[in-house]
Amino acid sequence: MQAKMSTPALQARDYKSGVKPIWCPGCGHFAVLAAITRSLAYLELPREEVALISGIGCSSRLPAYVDSYGFHGLHGRALPLATGLKVARPDLNVLVTGGDGDGFSIGGNHFLHACRRNIDLTYVVMDNRVYGMTKGQASPTTAPDWAASKMTPHGTGVRRFQPAAIALAAGATFIARGYSGDPKGMTRILAEAIRHPGFSFVHVLSPCVTFRPDQRSWKTEVHPFPADAGNDPVEAARRIHADDGMGLGIIHAESLPVWPARQETETTLAAIEKEFLV
Amino acid sequence: MNLEMPTMETGSISLAITGSGGSGAVTAGLILLEAAAKSGLYGLMMRSAGPQIRGGESLSLLRLAGSPVACMDDHFDLLLGLDWHNAGRFAQEIPLHASSLILSDPAIGAIPDTFTAGGAVVRGLTFKDRAARVDGGRLNMVAVGTAGALCGLPQDMLALAADEILKAKGPGVVEAATACVAQGYALATEHDVPATKPTHSTLARWNISGNEACGLGALRGGVRFVAAYPITPATDILEWLGPRLEQLGGLLVQAEDELASINMVIGASYGGVPALTATSGPGLSLMQEGLGLAVASEIPVVVIDVTRGGPSTGIPTKPEQSDLNVALYGMHGDAPHLVLAPLDVRDCAFTTQWAVRLAEHLQTAAIVLSDQSLGQTRAVTDPAKLPGIPLQRVTEPSPASDYRRYALTADGVSPMTLPGTKGGMYTADGLEHDAFGIPSSLAADHHQQLDKRRRKIEAFDFGSDWAELRGDGKLCLICWGSSSGATFEAGERLLADGIAIRVIALRLLAPLRSDALAQALAGVEKVWVVEQNHSGQLYHYLRSYGVLPEDAHSLAKPGPIPLRPGEIIEAVKHG
Ligand SMILES: Cc1ncc(C[n+]2csc(CCOP(=O)(O)OP(=O)(O)O)c2C)c(N)n1
Ligand code: SF4
Repeated sequence: MQAKMSTPALQARDYKSGVKPIWCPGCGHFAVLAAITRSLAYLELPREEVALISGIGCSSRLPAYVDSYGFHGLHGRALPLATGLKVARPDLNVLVTGGDGDGFSIGGNHFLHACRRNIDLTYVVMDNRVYGMTKGQASPTTAPDWAASKMTPHGTGVRRFQPAAIALAAGATFIARGYSGDPKGMTRILAEAIRHPGFSFVHVLSPCVTFRPDQRSWKTEVHPFPADAGNDPVEAARRIHADDGMGLGIIHAESLPVWPARQETETTLAAIEKEFLV
Repeated sequence: MNLEMPTMETGSISLAITGSGGSGAVTAGLILLEAAAKSGLYGLMMRSAGPQIRGGESLSLLRLAGSPVACMDDHFDLLLGLDWHNAGRFAQEIPLHASSLILSDPAIGAIPDTFTAGGAVVRGLTFKDRAARVDGGRLNMVAVGTAGALCGLPQDMLALAADEILKAKGPGVVEAATACVAQGYALATEHDVPATKPTHSTLARWNISGNEACGLGALRGGVRFVAAYPITPATDILEWLGPRLEQLGGLLVQAEDELASINMVIGASYGGVPALTATSGPGLSLMQEGLGLAVASEIPVVVIDVTRGGPSTGIPTKPEQSDLNVALYGMHGDAPHLVLAPLDVRDCAFTTQWAVRLAEHLQTAAIVLSDQSLGQTRAVTDPAKLPGIPLQRVTEPSPASDYRRYALTADGVSPMTLPGTKGGMYTADGLEHDAFGIPSSLAADHHQQLDKRRRKIEAFDFGSDWAELRGDGKLCLICWGSSSGATFEAGERLLADGIAIRVIALRLLAPLRSDALAQALAGVEKVWVVEQNHSGQLYHYLRSYGVLPEDAHSLAKPGPIPLRPGEIIEAVKHG
């Protein structure tokens, strides 16, 4: 405690690395970066005890912009990488960031299993309903009739992936939705998510100004989530399905045992080697 | 009636035990192997089974000897039939010679013609009747007694081994087994078995499988995190490691797939904990992108590939050395990394441990190519040797203000900060980067980092463990991994025949120590490259380095039947 008091508290800007983001001016991801650094400052987390793990995509570039430990890994594989790190180093605060393509398409299987493991990670998905990095293809959260990509000239014709509902069904113990146009609300959600023991999923509506200029209308479409977070998954499911996917706030927060349970060390290598002796 | 067997002094004894659905061929094999171990012998036991998940035909193959053995012999001296149902399917795996002995009880049915066609001697024994004399008696334990007596194993060692292996089933089972062993022993002595005395070794020996040895090597190397997805024939490594890692304060995570496994391993290692995964060909294919990430971001990881017949799902329960190409060339881009292969069951421990330490020190990915014939073979062997100089991960506990994670050092190894280290924060990246780790697509950065990643591996002094060298003849056999056992034995037999021979068994396949190999080949006139695959993968790899003489021969034989010394000798003499 004393050591902490003698060093001046870090400000949000102290968590910025100084690497210049490659993002387009106006990209929603800037606000997510700001909210992450603000929540880290608010929680007074030492920079060297934070690790930000990501996959590939515009959104996945975020770790390099934060002055903490980080890993910009493979497209879709941020969650397993973060899982390995958190199991090996439970002392670290591990955050995972990425996009809707990264997390729900190529990494969809890992998303399901991270939710059901309830490992103490905070997973922030910047959903812009498009593949920004590869220049404008449909993602799993894109509406079926969005026909602006040459790759799917008539739209995908496939129903949208429902991140919150799927996270809940897969067993996530903390589910929230933020919007890059509401930085204050997002910072509060992120701070709660980081504090939550277990897996927390933060779905952020983060517009792509370049390939989805239509998302400017989001600022009029978002609204507070119809009710405060409960801890009953059945109730949460009902509310998620009743909502239009634009409701902001903490949707579900439930306290369940965090994985993995720790075992006591009880043997030595020499004892193990003895098993083989004839 | 005379049940004569070759004695241990003349070499070794090979026996095969066929059974089916619960007749206990595997248990019988395990007891005989352990009894041989307790009697001071060395040995090997392979097992084989039909395609059924449970039940179905099963086979134990044993070779017992007074000195270490690393492959099966050309023929089996004794075939013990516990049950002949579908046993004909094993004909190729049990080559017999004209004086082989087949022991079986006529009461269990006729011996398939395929086994008797070559003139083997058949003896009918009343195993079933003897088992019936014991309350809860079982035919396989009577057969163990008879076979044990034929191999010259003392009866008390058979009883001790039976106790050890059946203990978990309760005292009643052990008691019945011991009584059956006595019945079987008596049955053999009634038939004038010449008393063969095994040559005792009083040295400490291990009874270990290749997969267990890989697990042990991992623990010895300091691995405390494993993530993996079950796959035959690698699963035993994971089942062995799971509880033991926990007892040592580590953890094994059963991942959702191999894509997750390799990325979890990278994450744990980034955090500073030596980490490993084990898989087989299909999983190794899925891990390639992750392996490239480990190479580019310079995070140490180890993958054990217990190879099975391929491509695709292939032959999951049988050996082949056909994953060399994917291990060497599977990653996209220029991705220098390590590929190693244990030379026998015992060496699985050394090679895995060495791989872990090399990966840690060189901050790269290491692939260990074991295979089914090593992994699922149990050996009575000398304890595994330990690598020489301990290799450490080079970390930076107190980074300077201009700390560069990917600094261009002389030896190419850049000191790594671990998360938690103040002032050493960096973002590891699979994107090409500069010395600070900041993404860069500049030619200079790309070339410098490529050079650095190659330099640290190429310039490293791997010492003498890159291969095992024997003999100095002008005729040379080059082999790698599991083909080494049969190749060494072929070399010994050729030498005994007066043919001067040299054997080079490669343990380190990448980076290829081409200078050392060229030196080891100095004065050689004829070369055979021996391996168990269809296309001669090592042969072509060595050719690409220009280290082989123009007329070098390839002896490439695909799985699933393991290489035998006799066929190597045959090829060398007449090929
Ligand atoms: C294995 C693999 N396949 C494809 C790609 C190409 N790729 C890079 S980013 C991306 C999609 C990113 O979309 P999203 O995750 O939604 O992030 P955004 O760029 O929109 O923030 C794709 C397909 C890749 N890097 N790796
Ligand atoms: S393409 Fe879209 S998502 Fe990517 S940086 Fe630009 S605005 Fe952001």
